[in-house]
Amino acid sequence: MAVASDTIAAPEHSAEGRSETIAFLIMTAVLIVAPFFIYPLFLMQALCFALFACAFNLLIGYVGLLSFGHALYFGWASYLAAHAAKVWGFPPELAILTGAATGAVLGLVAGSLAIRRQGIYFAMITLALAQMMFFFALQAKFTGGEDGIQGVPRGKLFGLIDLASNNTMYALVVVIFLACFLLILRIINSPFGEVLKAIRENEPRAISLGYKTDRYKLVAFVLSATLAGVAGGTKAIVFQIASLTDVHWTMSGEVVLMTLVGGLGTVFGPVAGAFVIIAMQNYLNALESWVTVIQGVIFVVCVLLFRRGIVGEIAHLLRIKL
Amino acid sequence: MFEIFGIPSNALFSQLLIGLINGSFYALLSLGLAVIFGMLNIINFTHGAQYMMGAFMAFFLLQYAGLSYWWALIVAPVVVGLFGMIIERTMLQWLYKLDHLYGLLLTFGLALIIEGVFRNYFGSSGLPYAMPDSLRGGQNLGFMFLPNYRAWVVVASLVVCLGTWFVIERTRLGAYLRAATENPTLVRAFGINVPRMITLTYGFGVGLAALAGVMAAPIYNVSPQMGSDLIIVVFAVVVIGGMGSIMGAIVTGFGLGVIEGLTKVFFPEASNTVIFVIMAIVLLIRPAGLFGRTA
Amino acid sequence: MKHLISMAALAAALACGSAQAQQLNVKIGVMSDMSSLYADIGGPGSVAAAKLAVADFTKDHPNVKVELVSADHQNKPDVGSGIVNKWFDSENVDMVIDVPNSGVALATSQVASQKNKLFIVSGAAASDLTGPKCNANTIHWTYDTWMLANGTGKAMVKTGGDTWFFLTADYAFGHALERDTSEVVEKNGGKVLGKVRHPLNTNDFSSFLLQAQTSKAKVIGLANAGGDTINSIKAASEFGIVSGGQKLAGLLVFSSDVAALGLQTAQGLSLTETWYWDANDVNRAWTKRWQGERPGKFPTMIHAGVYAGILHYLKARVALGGNPDGKTVAAKMKEIPTDDQLFGKGTIRADGRKIHDAYLFEVKKPSESKYPGDFYHLKATIPAAEAFRPLKEGNCPLVGS
Repeated sequence: MAVASDTIAAPEHSAEGRSETIAFLIMTAVLIVAPFFIYPLFLMQALCFALFACAFNLLIGYVGLLSFGHALYFGWASYLAAHAAKVWGFPPELAILTGAATGAVLGLVAGSLAIRRQGIYFAMITLALAQMMFFFALQAKFTGGEDGIQGVPRGKLFGLIDLASNNTMYALVVVIFLACFLLILRIINSPFGEVLKAIRENEPRAISLGYKTDRYKLVAFVLSATLAGVAGGTKAIVFQIASLTDVHWTMSGEVVLMTLVGGLGTVFGPVAGAFVIIAMQNYLNALESWVTVIQGVIFVVCVLLFRRGIVGEIAHLLRIKL
Repeated sequence: MFEIFGIPSNALFSQLLIGLINGSFYALLSLGLAVIFGMLNIINFTHGAQYMMGAFMAFFLLQYAGLSYWWALIVAPVVVGLFGMIIERTMLQWLYKLDHLYGLLLTFGLALIIEGVFRNYFGSSGLPYAMPDSLRGGQNLGFMFLPNYRAWVVVASLVVCLGTWFVIERTRLGAYLRAATENPTLVRAFGINVPRMITLTYGFGVGLAALAGVMAAPIYNVSPQMGSDLIIVVFAVVVIGGMGSIMGAIVTGFGLGVIEGLTKVFFPEASNTVIFVIMAIVLLIRPAGLFGRTA
Repeated sequence: MKHLISMAALAAALACGSAQAQQLNVKIGVMSDMSSLYADIGGPGSVAAAKLAVADFTKDHPNVKVELVSADHQNKPDVGSGIVNKWFDSENVDMVIDVPNSGVALATSQVASQKNKLFIVSGAAASDLTGPKCNANTIHWTYDTWMLANGTGKAMVKTGGDTWFFLTADYAFGHALERDTSEVVEKNGGKVLGKVRHPLNTNDFSSFLLQAQTSKAKVIGLANAGGDTINSIKAASEFGIVSGGQKLAGLLVFSSDVAALGLQTAQGLSLTETWYWDANDVNRAWTKRWQGERPGKFPTMIHAGVYAGILHYLKARVALGGNPDGKTVAAKMKEIPTDDQLFGKGTIRADGRKIHDAYLFEVKKPSESKYPGDFYHLKATIPAAEAFRPLKEGNCPLVGS
C-alpha cells in the first residue's frame, strides 16, 4: 500500500480510502461482537462519547479550531432530548433529532460569535460561552438543577420497537454511531472537506483563492455542534438522564482529552480515545480520587511526547491513513 | 479619600466599592495572563491552579513556619513563581515551535494534576486562614461598613498593577521584553538571553497569580477548586480587554468587577453570567477586544 | 488478608456447627464523592465507617462474610447510575450506601427499585427521597432537608430570631431549602423579610450580605451548600454581620465545613445535625477508632449514618437468612427497631425515613474551644417525633392514605 501511494497520485487516494474502509469494517465487526463479551451499558456510553469526540475532531482536526466549549452542544442537546421524551412524550428517534436540532441552533449562535477570532481566542470564547450556558442550565426550571432530568423513558422506536432492553438499545446506538461516522467520513473526503483542510493549513491563502473562509468555518462549526447534539441526545435516551455533568466545562475538557489521546485529525482516533478514557473511568474505580490527576498526566504526556495519539502513531508506523 | 462621595444613594456606592474590590482580583489575574501571553504566546490555563497554590502557600507558611500574612505576600509568589519557572523549563519550552493550542492543552493538563493532588492531600472543603490582626475591623464610611482588609486589597492590587505597567511600558527592561516578543532573534543579537527572559516572565506572571491567591486567602474559601471557575471568568475578561495592552487588562479587570457588582444589586441571578454576555457583545462590535490590536 | 479473615470466619462457622451459623455472604457498595465537593462530609470517611461497621458486626457473627466495594460518583448522576447499574447487574452487590448529592441519590434510588436491590441513603439531603419520590427499596438514614429546615428554623424563631433574610443558591436545591425553611419560620410566628438569589459557586458574597444587612433581619438563613456556604460565612465575619447583632443560620452545614472555616470565622453560627462526635463518651470512643483510618479528621453525621445503616442492614439480613431481594430486606429493616451505639434506639417508617433525635448547635468562640474538634455548644434537642416531616405530609406513595 505504501509503495503504491509513493508512485502516483491517483492510486494514493484509493489506497488511503482502502485503509479507511478496512478499518471501518473491522470496527463494525468489533461493535457487533462486543456486547457478547462486554457490559452493553459501558459500550453505549463509550459510543456516545466516541461520536461526541468525532464531532469535536471535525473542528480541531480538519479546520484547526480548538473549541473548549463543546459540552454546550452535547449537554443542552441531552437536556432537550430528555425533556422532549419525558415531558412532550416524543418517541426516541424524534427526541434524538430534537437534540441534534438543539446542537445546530446553539452551534450557529455560538459559532458566529466565536469564528470572529482565531486560535487561542477562539478557544477562550467557546469556553466562556459554554460556561455562560452552564449557568443557564443550572438556573432554568426545566433542567432540574443539580438533580437533572431523571427517569427519561427510552420509549418505542418508531412506535414499534421497545428499547427497554439494553441489547435493543445497543443496536440502535450502533446504527446511529455508524451512520454519523460515515457522514463525517463523507464530509472530510468531500470538496468541502478539502477547503476546510486548506483553511487549517493556511487561511490567508484560502482567502486569497476566493474562498469565504468564515462561511466554511461556520458551516463546519454547526455540523460539529449538530453531531455533538446527536451524541448528547442519544446519551440522554440511553441513560435515561440528562444532568449538569454534560454541560460543565470539565466535559469540554474530557472530549479534548479523548481526541488528543486517540489522535487529533485522524478519523478513528476519537473513537479509540473515547473508549480508552471511558474504560479508564469505568474500570479503574480503585483509583477513585486520582482519576483527574491521571487525566492531567495523560494530557501532559500526550502533548509533550505523544502528539500523534494512539491511532496517529499506528497510522504512522504502518504508513497508512486512518 | 472617600468624603468626595457625598451622594445619598448609599447602597449603590457601597456596591460599586465592592465591585472594585472584586475587580482587583480580576485585574491581577488577567494582568498575569496578559504578561505571559505577551511573552510566551501561551494561554496559561494553570493560572487558576497557581492562584490556588498561592492561597495554600499562605496557609502552609502560617501553619508550619509561623510566617505571617505579610511574609506570605512575598514568599508565596516567589515560591510559586519558581515552581512556574520549573514548569516552563521542563515542559513549556518544548512547545514554542508548535501550534499555540498545545500550550493551552498542556497547561490545562497541569491544572488538573495540581488541583487533583491538592484535593487528595487537603480535602475539598478547604482550610481556614485567619485574617491578619492589623487588618481586622473596618471603617464606617457613612454609607457602608468598609472592612480594612478590602480597602487594603484594592490599594495593594492597584499598586502592583500600575507598577507592572510602569516596568513594562516605561523602563528599559520592559522595552527589551516588548522587543523580545516582537523579534526574539534581534534582541538576542543585542546580547540578551531571551530564553532566560521568557522563563523569568513566566515566573513573574505566575507570581502575580499567587499574590492574588494570598490576598484571597483571608476572605475566600481556601480550597483546591477555588481557581478553576474563576479562571474561566478571567478568560472572558481577557477576551473583552484584548491582549494588546497591559493597561487594557488592568482597566478591564477593575471595570468588569464594578459592572458585576452592580448586577448583584439589580439582577443578582445574572451576576455570574453578565461578564460572558458583555464578552459576546464586545465580540460583535469590536472582535479584537476593547484595547486589542487587530490581529 | 481479607481472604484469610474470611477463611477464619468460615472455619469458625464450621467449628460451631450450630443450625444458626448458616454461612451468609453479603456484598456492600459504598458510593460516595471521593474527590470533590462532598469528599469531606462523605467520601473516604464513609468507607472507613463502613469498615468499622463490618468489623463490629462480623466479630459477633462470624458466619457472616461481608465484602465491601467503593466507588466515586464524582457528583454526577449519570456516573452514579452507571456505577450502580454495573454493581447490581454484574458484580452481585446487594446494597448501596451513602451517596452524598441528592441528584445522584435520586438516580440511585430509581436503579435500586428497578433491580429490586437496596439503597441506604446517608449522605444525600433531599427529603423527596422519602416524599413523592420514595420507593420500597430506599431507606433514608441520617438527615434530610426538611429536618434541617425545621430544626434550624423552628429553634431559631423560638429563641427570638423571628425575622429572616435568605441567601439562596439559585438552583432547585437552594429553592427547596428556602421554601421549606420559610414555611417553618412563618408557621412558628416568624417573618421572612426578603431574600436574594445568588448563582452557584459565587466567590464573593459581600454584596449579597450587604443586602441582607440592610434588611435588618435578625437571622440570615444560608440556603446554600459547600463552598458557597463557607464563602458567605467568611464574608459575613469580615463585614461584621455577626458582631453587629445578626445571626447566621446555616441550613446545610457540616462539622467539616466548620473545621474548614475555623472557629474565629464560624463562631456564632447555628446549625442542625443529628450526630456530633463530641456529644458523649461512646461517640468519642467511636471517633478514636474511626480516626485510625482518617488521622486528624473528625467524623460527620454522614459517616455515623453509614456505620449505623450497615449494622442495621446486616441485622436484617441475619434475621432473614438466605439471599432475599431488596424489598424484603427493606421491609425487615422497617419491622425490627433500630438500635446502635451512635444513634441509639429508633425506628424506620413506612416511607423509608429513619427517625431519631436532632440537635441544634451553635459554633463556639475560639476561646471556648478546648481541643481540636471542640466545635459546638448544644442549644436544643429536637425529639425524634418532631424532628422529621410527619409521615402524612410527605406524599409518599408507599404510605396508604
